[in-house]
Amino acid sequence: MTSVDTRPARPVDRAGGTPRAERRRALLARLDLKASPYAFVAPFFVVFLVFGGYPLVYTLWVSLHDWGLASGTREWAGFGNYGYLFGDDQFWHALVNTLGIFVLSTVPQLLLALLLANTLNRRMRAATVFRIGVVAPLITSMAAVAIVFGQLFDTHYGFINWILHTDIEWHTNRLWSWTAISVMVDWRWTGYNALIFLAAMQAIPKDLYEAAAIDGASRMRQFWQITVPLLRPTILFTVIISTIGGLQLFTEPVLFANDTANRMDGGATHQFQTLTLYMYDNAFGHDRYGYGAAIAWVLFLLIIVFSLLNFLFIRRAGGTR
Amino acid sequence: MRGYRLRTAAVLAAAGVLAAACGGGGGGDSKSDKNFTLTVDVFGEFGYETLYKGFEQSHPGVTVKQRKVSSLDDYKPRLQQWIATGSGAGDVVALEEGILPTYMQQRTKFVNLFDYGARSMQSDFLPWKWQLGLSPDGSQLVGLGTDVGPLAMCYRKDLFKKAGLPTERDEVAKLWPTWDQFLATGQKFQGKVSGAKWLDGPTAVLRATVLQNAGSGPGYSFFDKDDKFVFDTNPAVKQAFDTALKFEQNKMTADMSIFTPPWQTALKRDTFATVPCPSWMLGGIKQFSGDFGKGKWDVATTPGGSGYWGGSWLAVPKQSKHQKAAAELAQYLTSAQSQVGAFKDKDTFPSNVKAEQDPAVSGASNDYFSGAPTGKIFGQLVASVKPVHLGPKNEDVRQAVENVLIAVGQGHVKPEEAWGKAVEAAKKAAR
Repeated sequence: MTSVDTRPARPVDRAGGTPRAERRRALLARLDLKASPYAFVAPFFVVFLVFGGYPLVYTLWVSLHDWGLASGTREWAGFGNYGYLFGDDQFWHALVNTLGIFVLSTVPQLLLALLLANTLNRRMRAATVFRIGVVAPLITSMAAVAIVFGQLFDTHYGFINWILHTDIEWHTNRLWSWTAISVMVDWRWTGYNALIFLAAMQAIPKDLYEAAAIDGASRMRQFWQITVPLLRPTILFTVIISTIGGLQLFTEPVLFANDTANRMDGGATHQFQTLTLYMYDNAFGHDRYGYGAAIAWVLFLLIIVFSLLNFLFIRRAGGTR
Repeated sequence: MRGYRLRTAAVLAAAGVLAAACGGGGGGDSKSDKNFTLTVDVFGEFGYETLYKGFEQSHPGVTVKQRKVSSLDDYKPRLQQWIATGSGAGDVVALEEGILPTYMQQRTKFVNLFDYGARSMQSDFLPWKWQLGLSPDGSQLVGLGTDVGPLAMCYRKDLFKKAGLPTERDEVAKLWPTWDQFLATGQKFQGKVSGAKWLDGPTAVLRATVLQNAGSGPGYSFFDKDDKFVFDTNPAVKQAFDTALKFEQNKMTADMSIFTPPWQTALKRDTFATVPCPSWMLGGIKQFSGDFGKGKWDVATTPGGSGYWGGSWLAVPKQSKHQKAAAELAQYLTSAQSQVGAFKDKDTFPSNVKAEQDPAVSGASNDYFSGAPTGKIFGQLVASVKPVHLGPKNEDVRQAVENVLIAVGQGHVKPEEAWGKAVEAAKKAAR
């Protein structure tokens, strides 16, 4: 910030200074003062407009057409795609799947991440190793993840059914498939959230805990009465990010569908087909690019609504303000 | 966050392709220039690698470059973008049977191969294969047939023996001239051998029966010749569905989809006794059944006597800058000689009849499958296929209906409700 010269232009005292040049210099100085901050932030907005804004508007445009990439059709449909969407059972089915998996995965995930962060926040040996260790799942190859979880959750030859002596239908039963996918999601993202919580926890002044300890507060009490309230902005952040990620859940259900011919189906009865799978399947699998775009837009609006709801919920749940 | 990653990747890939296309096009490839490169887009194994040299020798100055994508699922969206945006596609592109009917709708974006003398090749090809590459009015040839997947039936000799069934392939073929007899044999089998299913899944039954019934009946299946949806009114379809449904209703399939991990695991166990076998399946079974299945497999004919599953066509997009040379390349690659060469290299079964008659093909046998005379068996099965018109949404409907059948096997759809659900799903898919 110091590099910006905010001093007013000096009055001209040099011999060669005509009133005209003087005026121009004043103008430039004022421009520098007023416009340069915008110029500095412009790159972000330019990049956003090109890679975020334009696709958004273009998707809206596509969604107003009967548009097929492979067949080459492109006819104006107005809100026809949206009209169809509201009566489309499979869309609502996919929405329920998405929300179900979201709740099943996010609630335990954030609670676990909090506890994990709290543990990592303590003084321990090789703390860095553990702290980095929790994000290892994030950088694991997805192909490896697919193979490992495929073997864990196989109905006939799977490890979990073998260990539990059960024959849970992980793939064909709707709730069990949600559970399996949630485990995959949590495995990948719990550490990530834990690291964010940990960073926030380290910003909490230690004397608060010392004072509490002197007053005889247990560790548990310290956690719930000091750590969690002070983490509220961070919790809010992770909830919003998880909402956005959860409603756009794509990779895990695709990997989980390793036993079906069309991975975008989410099982024979679409038992774990999420909205993004349904969107992709329509746009690229079944040549309904326009309808896929309409789903994308409704999904976009849904994410905004759910993010706001969660925002309000978490703020209210905190009690004051 | 997670969803965007894929989309970003797609955008990057598209940008890369565009850049590559621009780079190639900018190199002064004008028509007067005698030195240019032809690009061929294929997926999986077409067995063309050794054939390009022959074309380059007969066309001095021409270089042929192949772009291969290993899976069809990755190939499809790329091709869609190339054709939709009018740039990026190779000079010759492979169109798989599932996407060919869709591209038939925008055949104006492809060169009419009749303009380059392909009409003379008609008698070389299986009639139904030729017809599928032809526009409905017969005026434009969009694609020339490459390989086909004649549908035979692979079976486990050891399990058959256990069930007291004959194991010799001619005798086995006599067990099931029809699908009903195939079903009855299966019931006998499952009564004797507990724990093993008769079939791996319902996919092939539906495919084969739809094709057989429609071929001997009206000549179309889910869509009539004007591409009108007739799934619910075509008796050939209902009959085929009922046949496939019986296998699900009686729990005679393992409800698996081919090449998925559970299917691969099952091939190393006694999970099912038969696998409907298009020619390209033999390699898959050999790979995944491995040492476990050595000497246990054999090949017999399919119930109903005919069928195919898979196969492609070569087409020349109009965006090609060297349409004449590209059309010649497509004809060269689908000629009898080339198809024999591709068969020798990668076991792709020819759609060119002259190639099928070549001793290298007709006399072929497979050691892993107890020395079965596969060339002869496949040749017969594919020759008796009758032409069937497929609508642009044929694949979408087939997939949707298959899902209903699998759901019956899984116990999530009641057999008596299956047809209703299938019609509903088919209608949605045909939209």
